[in-house]
Amino acid sequence: MPADAVIEARAARKVFRTGQQTVVALNDVSIAIRKGEFFTLLGPSGCGKTTLLRLIAGFETPSSGQILLNGNDITDAPPNLRPVNTVFQSYALFPHLTVRQNVGFGLQMQGVAASEITDKVKRALSLVRLEDLADRKPQQLSGGQQQRVALARALAPSPEVLLLDEPLSALDLKLRKEMQSELKRLQHELGITFIFVTHDQEEALTMSDRIGVMSKGSLLQIGAPREIYNHPVNRFVADFIGETNLIPAEVRNAKATIVRNVSIPVDPASPEGAHTLAVRPEHVRIVPVSGDVPLTAKVGESVYFGTDSHIQLLLADGTEIIARHQNEATGGEVPPPGTEVGVAFAPGAVQVLED
Amino acid sequence: MSTGETKEARRDARNTWLLSAPALIILTLAAAGPLLIMLVYSFLEPGKYGNVVWEFSTGAWVSTVLTRDIFDGTYHLADAHLTIFWRSVKLSLITTIFTFIVGFPTAWFIATRSARARTALLFLITIPFWTNLLIRTFAINQIIRNEGMLNTFLLYLGVIDEPILIIYSDFAVFLGMTYVYLPLMVLPLFAAIDRFDMRLIEAAYDLYASRLQVLRRVILPIVKPGIIAGSILVFIPALGAYVTPRILGGGRNMMIGNFIELQFGQGRNWPLGAALSVLLLMIVAIALMFYVRAANRDAPHG
Repeated sequence: MPADAVIEARAARKVFRTGQQTVVALNDVSIAIRKGEFFTLLGPSGCGKTTLLRLIAGFETPSSGQILLNGNDITDAPPNLRPVNTVFQSYALFPHLTVRQNVGFGLQMQGVAASEITDKVKRALSLVRLEDLADRKPQQLSGGQQQRVALARALAPSPEVLLLDEPLSALDLKLRKEMQSELKRLQHELGITFIFVTHDQEEALTMSDRIGVMSKGSLLQIGAPREIYNHPVNRFVADFIGETNLIPAEVRNAKATIVRNVSIPVDPASPEGAHTLAVRPEHVRIVPVSGDVPLTAKVGESVYFGTDSHIQLLLADGTEIIARHQNEATGGEVPPPGTEVGVAFAPGAVQVLED
Repeated sequence: MSTGETKEARRDARNTWLLSAPALIILTLAAAGPLLIMLVYSFLEPGKYGNVVWEFSTGAWVSTVLTRDIFDGTYHLADAHLTIFWRSVKLSLITTIFTFIVGFPTAWFIATRSARARTALLFLITIPFWTNLLIRTFAINQIIRNEGMLNTFLLYLGVIDEPILIIYSDFAVFLGMTYVYLPLMVLPLFAAIDRFDMRLIEAAYDLYASRLQVLRRVILPIVKPGIIAGSILVFIPALGAYVTPRILGGGRNMMIGNFIELQFGQGRNWPLGAALSVLLLMIVAIALMFYVRAANRDAPHG
């Protein structure tokens, strides 16, 4: 076990039975989350990320495998005995209690002295800037305010790990951006380990120290945002994180053959055989046709996005790729549809995927 | 413009009154009318063979709680009457509490089933309402009487040597009322639990609450409106119960309802019966006031 792991899952497996059907929600997932990091579990809905979170919180027990907290087995400990708090997707605020009572609930249940509760609640409310609304009931607050109460409530007992289950999904875009930086600030200030669950890849990239990408109950890749974005291990990760051009190719001797007779150099360590190449749209360059540029394409539709434009390019064999150009650099000019252009990839940008 | 608006508002108000008139007339005649008659009768003299003599008297009200010594003319507390009042209140309270204890897990169980199972279970809960109360009460009588099913079965098993005397006791009345009023507790509790957000249980559990604390601090306070509704629906009819104490309590274990009936029948004291009826109404009203106030104390303000 890594020495600095606060939460660790060892071959955690969860099988749900509904009638005749059995669903493997989590397929032997092993993961170590470091103390003080902002870790994001990223994946589409139904990938098992929430199940993993619920195993850590203690709402579910794994069918097999272990959950460890600071090296101690907590697999069978009930949620009320784990120093782990959750911010729920639905907030789950107690409707019969005021904001203050909601935030103080955990401390009260822990048997903390009343005066200390008052202090800690005050501090938690000031962290999320809600001191003025302390005596309101949750139903008198806006969605964003309820979100902050949920956050303060989970933080007030000073948990070792804070679990956040898609907490921003119900907020509108502007508020979501605001809360993202708010969360990041809080995590920085408090130094608490955050485990954040989301299906929003942009959210994951901007906020996390490390990301674990999940699909169909398995953990596909763990790494820093940059690493995952630039070096996705497989097709799923490449496609799910950001936009990616997937180009079928034949790889041999550090060269990938794309269309007839056109080869481009790839990392010598890449696996050989029939594979898919991943190239980010921003790494696709449109250049004048010349002898130096072996790859050509026909320009298709372009879409204007304000800061950049997406230009559709059709290779000789019909493979469609997208190039993204900064409008500031090009002045917003795009080649007209039907033009024959040369295509080049930025050095080191082509990634050979395992599958 | 503004005069047109006021005219329209006035017409709306008139229409509202006109449309509610039939309901208001029925309510006045069927609810307020008889009550008023009762109130008036309670201040009259009893006739020799029932009915009333139109002569003002507070005698009936005095004799609800006091009794006059026939030898020296002094007044004493009417022990017999007070015993009946006390038995009524006590049995109704115990019945309410017990239906809650049994009804809450039942309602919880139903509310947490699948939609289909839930419909079926609720349907089962309402089945007793299809049969007349009298028949159901006689059925209970058949089970618990000395030669009834329960005693026969226990005697046959050899668990007991002689029949357990259940029938014609306060316990029998309590048993019968619990059976009869249980659905009235389960249904409002079910409605409240059905609206309860089960995710709050996880939230409380996550915030270090034990199972008992989850129940006491989160579930019970939130489903309180259902508990109040159920308690009212059980307590009030239980307090005025007539059939159940009559059939299961026998002649000796009377409740207020039977005592009132007695005054209009063999007792031939209509004013006393009327006074007792009004008194029952007042007890219920006061109990309700206390209950609702206690229940609202920590409810949301504004």
